[in-house]
Amino acid sequence: MRAVTWQGRHKISVETVPDPEIVNPRDAILRVTSTAICGSDLHLYDGFIPGMRAGDIVGHEFMGEVVEVGSGSTLKQGQRVVVPFTISCGSCFFCEKQQYSACDNSNPSETRDASELLMGHAMGAAFGYAHLTGGYAGGQAEYVRVPYSDVGPVIIPDDLPDDDVLFLSDILPTGWHAAVNADIEPGDTVAVWGCGPVGLFTIQSALLLGAGRVIAIDHFPARLRLAKQLGAEILDYTQVDVREALNEMTGGIGPDACIDCVGMESHGFTPDNILDQVKVQIYSVTERPHALRQAILACRKGGRVSIPGVYGGFADKFPLGQLMEKGLTVKSGQTPVQKYSGELLKMIQDGKFDTTSLVSHHAALEDAAEMYRHWHGEQNDYTKIILKPGLEKGAVQARKESEHADA
Amino acid sequence: MRMFTDRFAGRGKPDPFAIAVAGAGLAFAGMGYAFWRRRQKRGAEPERIATDAPHWTLDKRSARALFGKSVLVNRPREEVFAAWKVERFPEFMENVVAVEPLGGGSARWTIKGPARREVHLVNSITESIENETISWHSDAESEIANSGEVRFADAPAGRGTYVTLILAYDPPGGKLGRLGAKLLQREPEVQARRDLHRFKQLMETGEVTSNASPSARKSESPVEPHI
Repeated sequence: MRAVTWQGRHKISVETVPDPEIVNPRDAILRVTSTAICGSDLHLYDGFIPGMRAGDIVGHEFMGEVVEVGSGSTLKQGQRVVVPFTISCGSCFFCEKQQYSACDNSNPSETRDASELLMGHAMGAAFGYAHLTGGYAGGQAEYVRVPYSDVGPVIIPDDLPDDDVLFLSDILPTGWHAAVNADIEPGDTVAVWGCGPVGLFTIQSALLLGAGRVIAIDHFPARLRLAKQLGAEILDYTQVDVREALNEMTGGIGPDACIDCVGMESHGFTPDNILDQVKVQIYSVTERPHALRQAILACRKGGRVSIPGVYGGFADKFPLGQLMEKGLTVKSGQTPVQKYSGELLKMIQDGKFDTTSLVSHHAALEDAAEMYRHWHGEQNDYTKIILKPGLEKGAVQARKESEHADA
Repeated sequence: MRMFTDRFAGRGKPDPFAIAVAGAGLAFAGMGYAFWRRRQKRGAEPERIATDAPHWTLDKRSARALFGKSVLVNRPREEVFAAWKVERFPEFMENVVAVEPLGGGSARWTIKGPARREVHLVNSITESIENETISWHSDAESEIANSGEVRFADAPAGRGTYVTLILAYDPPGGKLGRLGAKLLQREPEVQARRDLHRFKQLMETGEVTSNASPSARKSESPVEPHI
């Protein structure tokens, strides 16, 4: 089959690789129909996630049709399913507590040692995301093996098109989880750093969960426009001192909850971020947590900080005293996708979420290398890319300008 | 805040060189004091309080390599104990080639060692208490002297069973040999830790977790697990 592979920093190539096979009774094999490139794939692309090996198949946002099942799978051939990016067994202590992303069985014996060394405990596994999280092949491929297929995959009714439900794999539940973690009280002001796909779903989720207002922060006009369209007030950090603006918009107390949808590769020319850039270049750190620092300083006393943004290791100049003195509550973690799948599918069916406005491009799986380049370098124009294994090479469909530009 | 402003109020700028010299002097004085204290203490036995740390976790010298590893298995203790039997070992002990019973609680184990060698152990069970513990030690003809214990204890609040494997052995080649075997991923501690996790996977999910999947690496197969 053809698959998108990571070959090194800024090197993505589409290769012919062996087809996946059923290995365990609970496995299923999918024929992938749609697969998206995630913002966190850029951390792999930039080489900041330890434990990648040349030749790894990437991709953790995918859906498809069941083509083969093991004897213990509850899926049936022909079913359309969306697969959560987290691989979870469903029966360990963590899965029983619905902390699916902390599953204690999905990261195999062979790969968990390194993960344990770096994190203190082995992380749960994920598709296509480095060997610290299990070393499983990802879904940016024609076919993919899905372990524990009786627990994760969400069966999709025939009347729902791929684009409406694909994001149940990661960014929709991740945005929802980010807002749930912010413990929003009615009327709260919620500030969201980053208007990428997760940020945009966080904005929608915060409003659905009762936020009085959401203030979104970014610097790409197209992304800020999408945020505004979804009901957020917007700030461009290149035009304004974000903390001053947030204080002035909240009578001086700051937002009740601050959500970091940026993660380890902050943009911006602030002194702390420039210093982090230098340190990253000489490999003394992997993290550039400017957005998180700003979120902690901006948050009101006794407020909540939610961190869906991905970080990889130790961070410098973390405002710990500020966190403590202000009495902030921090919640974080990879999303326990399976916990939310059912209710979010229902909410999509009820039209509660706009899942399609953010999609800027559909492209062939064969064009993945080019799409990664665009996704990395042209974040204003490329707001979300969906790869289709069925499309002819070069058949890129860009969103029509009129559909989003003047909304 | 006032303390700082008062202290520096009305003074001229301090000379950075003087501050650096004073700092270095303080650091040297501190180091000297620490060495002196250490010297005074030498010979005197420091008071050591007995703690509740499991014995295999204590920092102490031992002629044998000693380690222990605990896992939480989310199944009832009776079920977990019943599954820990020789016939099922090949299902989760990746390094065990064969276990031949010799009668009287003794068995000959063939185990994969470093560099494709095989190691033969002859072990006898010394104690077996149902649902609690199994202990063993090696017989004279064993290629590697070893002894160990598997413990089964209820985890709190219905969370299942704590399974603990404790093993002591004489590493061939001493500490250096053990390090070499670890690097080759064929050292008993590495193997036991991984086997214990495979046992947990088998008990909780009904299968041994595998990341077997395709990659663009020619050396790998889509049906074999990889690191």
